[in-house]
Amino acid sequence: MDTILQQLVNGLSLGSIYALLALGYTMVYGIIKLINFAHGDIYMVGAFWGYYVINQLHFNFWLALISAMIFCGLFGVLVEWLAYRPLRNSPRIAALITAIGVSFLLENGMAYLFTSNVRSFPQVMHVVRYHLGGVSISNIQLLILVVSIVLMVLLQLIVRKTKMGKAMRAVSVDPEAAQLIGINIDHTISFTFALGSALAGAAGVMIGLYYNSIDPLMGMTPGIKAFVAAVLGGIGLIPGAAIGGFVIGLLETIMQALGFSAFKDAAVYAVLIIILLIKPAGILGKKIKEKV
Amino acid sequence: MHRKKFFAALGTIALASTLVLAGCSSSAGSSGNKQTGNTIKLGGNFELSGAAAQYGQAMERGTKLAVEQINKDGGVKVGSKKLKIKLIQKDNKSDNSTVSSVATDLTTKSKVNAVVGPITSGAGLAAIPNYTKAKVPFITPGGTQDSLTLQKSGKVQPYVFRSCFEDSYQGKALAKYAYNTLNAKKVAILADKSTDYAQGLTKAFKAEYKGKVVTTEYYQSGDKDFNTLLTKMKNKGFDAIFVPGYYSEAGLIIKQAREMGISTPILGADGFADPKLAKIAGTNNTTNVYYTTHFDTLANTDAKATNYMKAFKAKYNEDAGTFDALAYDATYMIKDAIESEKSADSTKIADGLAKIKNFKGVTGTITMDKNHNPQKQVIITKVDNGKEVSATAVK
Repeated sequence: MDTILQQLVNGLSLGSIYALLALGYTMVYGIIKLINFAHGDIYMVGAFWGYYVINQLHFNFWLALISAMIFCGLFGVLVEWLAYRPLRNSPRIAALITAIGVSFLLENGMAYLFTSNVRSFPQVMHVVRYHLGGVSISNIQLLILVVSIVLMVLLQLIVRKTKMGKAMRAVSVDPEAAQLIGINIDHTISFTFALGSALAGAAGVMIGLYYNSIDPLMGMTPGIKAFVAAVLGGIGLIPGAAIGGFVIGLLETIMQALGFSAFKDAAVYAVLIIILLIKPAGILGKKIKEKV
Repeated sequence: MHRKKFFAALGTIALASTLVLAGCSSSAGSSGNKQTGNTIKLGGNFELSGAAAQYGQAMERGTKLAVEQINKDGGVKVGSKKLKIKLIQKDNKSDNSTVSSVATDLTTKSKVNAVVGPITSGAGLAAIPNYTKAKVPFITPGGTQDSLTLQKSGKVQPYVFRSCFEDSYQGKALAKYAYNTLNAKKVAILADKSTDYAQGLTKAFKAEYKGKVVTTEYYQSGDKDFNTLLTKMKNKGFDAIFVPGYYSEAGLIIKQAREMGISTPILGADGFADPKLAKIAGTNNTTNVYYTTHFDTLANTDAKATNYMKAFKAKYNEDAGTFDALAYDATYMIKDAIESEKSADSTKIADGLAKIKNFKGVTGTITMDKNHNPQKQVIITKVDNGKEVSATAVK
């Protein structure tokens, strides 16, 4: 029983990272119908930013986290402005291919600039383990879980309660009508990219701290898994992405706990195939109509 | 359409078979490089630049030091004559196609009698056809892949030798060490499923280990989260964990295991031997960690190794390391082969290398087995708090 609870904790802390990444995918998709495959690499950029500010500028963890969110937010806006905005009126496939191109550019550009070696992330936080009965959880696992949930709630508040959030929802429903009533589409899209990328940046710093190892290709697999999580939850839906992320994290953990560790990635991708065949709209697909 | 494809396939097969036949006929014509004049020509196929440059440069230094010492001592005794060694070295840029062209260049243009290098298994595989065609033996100081010295049929490659031990040999040594020295009667194995290296190690360990393997779990290269697997293993009651894999994942495994409260010894092979292991795992976590290596300055107490370390330090003003020591041994093994065969013709050197017995090198006493793998001591290094604290030789 203890082992099962312990595995649940492991699964949730892994899942919260996928959830944070999946939110970025889902928001961008919701608003411009683009699968931003470079999203996983923004997460990598966030981890590297954290690495440099902690090592060079001796930031503490919170400062590193917030600065990484700001930096990645701006970086996401820049990517959108350089790579996706010129293709706004092109076929969707052109934008999709561009996204893959941006992803390769970031991965290999970082490998070129900083070598592809694995780096150890500076340990700014001392690991403390709490034991509750037979279950043990580290302060970093708790931190990841809590920060992720706080960020998700904040995001939901921004989307639901602010004027910008209303604009985002409007653009996602009908961009032309939104423009007619005076919403600046470019600003709204930039803002969406900034939000999604900021979450990815936060995930990057937290994962760096948790696993203590970062490299230019670290965003590849989590990026794809987060994409699966977003589809699983219902792409375009914010609560769906969060649920999908946790489900994928738990699924991976269960696969390993049952002794199928070699198939854990395969299981995640199998879920993608199954969901696309059975319920392409995702778990939350039909309940909520509003999309962001 | 189908017909076209069929002919294309037929054409490919025909072309391939001509190439194979061509390969056969030319190799039958060569009889190796004879030694001429007053020198023995030793080739150096070194990774002086590119990804493996660090290893290649160490190899260059070890080889140069050995050649210098041999020549200073009068040279190599061939029958009644004493011949000097001339080193002809080329940079293969850590690139497999350059590796094979350097092999051709050394054997056909420079007419060398034997070669040291390349250092990695992959490069070694790329160089084999050209060395074999020219019938010139080469020793790789770092190519540890088991299959490197074997042909597809399982027969030994006649011109391929190494001065390092092979991957599976380390697995056996670790099994003995865990059971006899660490007194670990039960081990858990957490192995990398995606590399031949780790699979070979796992197989060799299991075959040799006398205690009980309580559980074997697998991960993939690039995995970052081992909490699930470790949680699953934790209550299985083991005395040690064996982790066949490379430092990037092993570092994370050590970190996560220690943070989870698993304090048993963690053993690994030479894939652990990188300063980044302790950096990724965290210095305090890197305690009670053991790994195999070929040469270690802490372990060597015999005069041969001590002299080598002194000479190396005097020449390069740096401490000796694993790959220079292995290259140094490789050069002396060639000398030994020439002297025992009383000839420096390339085919004779190959014969001599295959027969090496009780050769006293700086990395241990070497006897070549039938698959051209040296049987020698394995050094096991112990790390506490991220620092190497002791090293013992296992035979």
